[in-house]
Amino acid sequence: MEADLILKKLKEKFAAVIIETEKRSEKRCTATIDPKAIVKVAEYLYKDEGLRFIIASGLHTRRGFEIHYHFSFDTSGLILNIHVILNNENPSIESLSNLFNASNWIEREIHEILGINFINHPNLEKLISEGNWAEGVYPYRKEFK
Amino acid sequence: MGFKSYCFKKSLWVFHFGGASCNNCDIEILDCLTPRYDLERFGILLVGSIRHADVLLVNGSINRKDKDRLLELYQQAPKPILVVAIGACGCTGGIFAEGNTFAGPVDKIIPVDAYIPGCPPKPEAIIAGIVKLVKSLP
Amino acid sequence: MSKKFLIPIGPYHPLQEEPELFKLYCDGEIVRDIKWETGYNHRGIEKLSESKTYDQVFFLVERICGICSTSHPFAFANAVEEIAAVEITDRTKYIRSIIGELERIHSHLLWVGLAGHFLGYNTVFMWAWKYREPILDLFEMITGNRNSYAMFKVGGVRRDIENRMIEPVTKILDDFKKKNDLLTGAVMDDPVIHARTKGVGVLSRQDIIDYAAVGPTARASGVAIDVRRDDPYAAYPLVNWKVITAEEGDVFAKAEVRLLEMYESISIIEQCLQGLRKEKEGDIQVKVNEIPEGIGTGRAEAPRGEVFHCVFSDGSNSPLRHKIRAPSYSNIATFKKSCIGQTISDATISLAAVDPCYCCTERLAAVYDSGSGRKLYNARELIGLSADRTSELRNKNDLK
Repeated sequence: MEADLILKKLKEKFAAVIIETEKRSEKRCTATIDPKAIVKVAEYLYKDEGLRFIIASGLHTRRGFEIHYHFSFDTSGLILNIHVILNNENPSIESLSNLFNASNWIEREIHEILGINFINHPNLEKLISEGNWAEGVYPYRKEFK
Repeated sequence: MGFKSYCFKKSLWVFHFGGASCNNCDIEILDCLTPRYDLERFGILLVGSIRHADVLLVNGSINRKDKDRLLELYQQAPKPILVVAIGACGCTGGIFAEGNTFAGPVDKIIPVDAYIPGCPPKPEAIIAGIVKLVKSLP
Repeated sequence: MSKKFLIPIGPYHPLQEEPELFKLYCDGEIVRDIKWETGYNHRGIEKLSESKTYDQVFFLVERICGICSTSHPFAFANAVEEIAAVEITDRTKYIRSIIGELERIHSHLLWVGLAGHFLGYNTVFMWAWKYREPILDLFEMITGNRNSYAMFKVGGVRRDIENRMIEPVTKILDDFKKKNDLLTGAVMDDPVIHARTKGVGVLSRQDIIDYAAVGPTARASGVAIDVRRDDPYAAYPLVNWKVITAEEGDVFAKAEVRLLEMYESISIIEQCLQGLRKEKEGDIQVKVNEIPEGIGTGRAEAPRGEVFHCVFSDGSNSPLRHKIRAPSYSNIATFKKSCIGQTISDATISLAAVDPCYCCTERLAAVYDSGSGRKLYNARELIGLSADRTSELRNKNDLK
């Protein structure tokens, strides 16, 4: 499956929640979506299209907290980034861990480093910060002027 | 013969503490025990408990979580014990010294008897370091 | 009524050289639940990376893990070259693949040895680690260091493999092949290893998909994913090789996949060495002017599976955010599936079967005499000593 095809399918199925799409090459593309729809989109990608969840990257920018969920389609080497932007006050998003176990750890990690709350996560306890930095300290958050 | 050299005149038993390291020093330490370098022929043995050990090998940068455990291990160790800091990270913190969880190089936490620098030090360097240390004992 | 009790493994113990803590909740001899405690190895590499320039980050990512010290720079180079839209030369591709495959051989041998050690079968440990030494010598000949090779940079490699080196490298590989036959035969036919590993720590296809496990762990359960084939990079599309899979999903299948992969690696290296002869010597670098704004995702197949790097660039000379996903991050979580319900003695080898690397998962010193303050060796002398040793190795193989 090439970038054009997966973006077309996403647009057809989730027209209401897709904010923006970007194709960087035949094998790399990004779709920015409404954070509320993340579970539905992930379920479609994982169950219907058979994409593999690689990892999620969380980062703090001027726009707020951004998460890129990276999905891989292994037969064609495609990487699809599902991109969401959360606001600065009380960032929270639905957890994907009830869909597949692969996202369990990374959501715990993002919770520790950025303080994003994952709703309905089965076990949102500390992963790496215990003993290393205090609760309520988020080392990857930035100060913007 | 001084007290210390009396204590360490027989086969040294070694306990290995790998801190927040990149694994290179760890595998080079293990490499010393395998056939090409074969330190076991001198009775140098990796032991499972610090309470049996004569030498504590520490490698890797020490993060805040490791720090308490390293102190505890040092307190549990039978004295006298030789502490050897291995690798650039063990000696100074190396590339990770600027990290947000770094808790200071080994010698800021426990007294260190010998430093073996290198990233990672070759097995020959580790062996040479230990030999120098044992020779220099009072 | 039986009582549940807790058996801790770790954090510091000689079973595995890295710090980690497993808590096995046992009922008699049967493991009922398992918890993993981590953070002993956290160094904040992703944060450090934001404060370094692209050239410096290579030295940092190399030190994520000493065993996969090529795979991380490989993936990072792929990611940055994607942002900068750089096409590297064929000679660079061959050199990168050679280093990557040599690393796979040394890492798989290391695993076979440690697996033997976990089973209490130290003969295999000593044997495998003895045969690993010639591969490390090869590394020292080519790159100047046994581990942490510092070969990669944006748009190229730092050192060339000159054509006169091809012959001695081939010779060492040929010698190694015979030893590898011996080792593979001995491990695959050993009744003790069969008894201890067959049917132990089984991961089904569905478990692999659920946990998104990668690399030999996935391939041993019949999920044929390999980044080298699926998302080709470097010289892998230019040479012939095949993806090794097995169906059983137990520890033995994982060992089998790794042992057979070493043969594929040797074959890839030999083809790459032939490829080097066709390319012009010294053509190992393209000029990269600047890294524009954008997102780059790079992947590489490490010995343990897919390494994934995502670099967010804002057009400055250091990354805005650098996300690293090492293969063990996905693979270690499968412990919950493979260990529960087994005996404690089988749990250790099941834990080891995915070749866990905790360094991956978490992510020049001057020498003074502390008494007198007298310098024992200065940096130049130390480098000199190291260079002597490298040239000694090269001389041994008639390379002046």
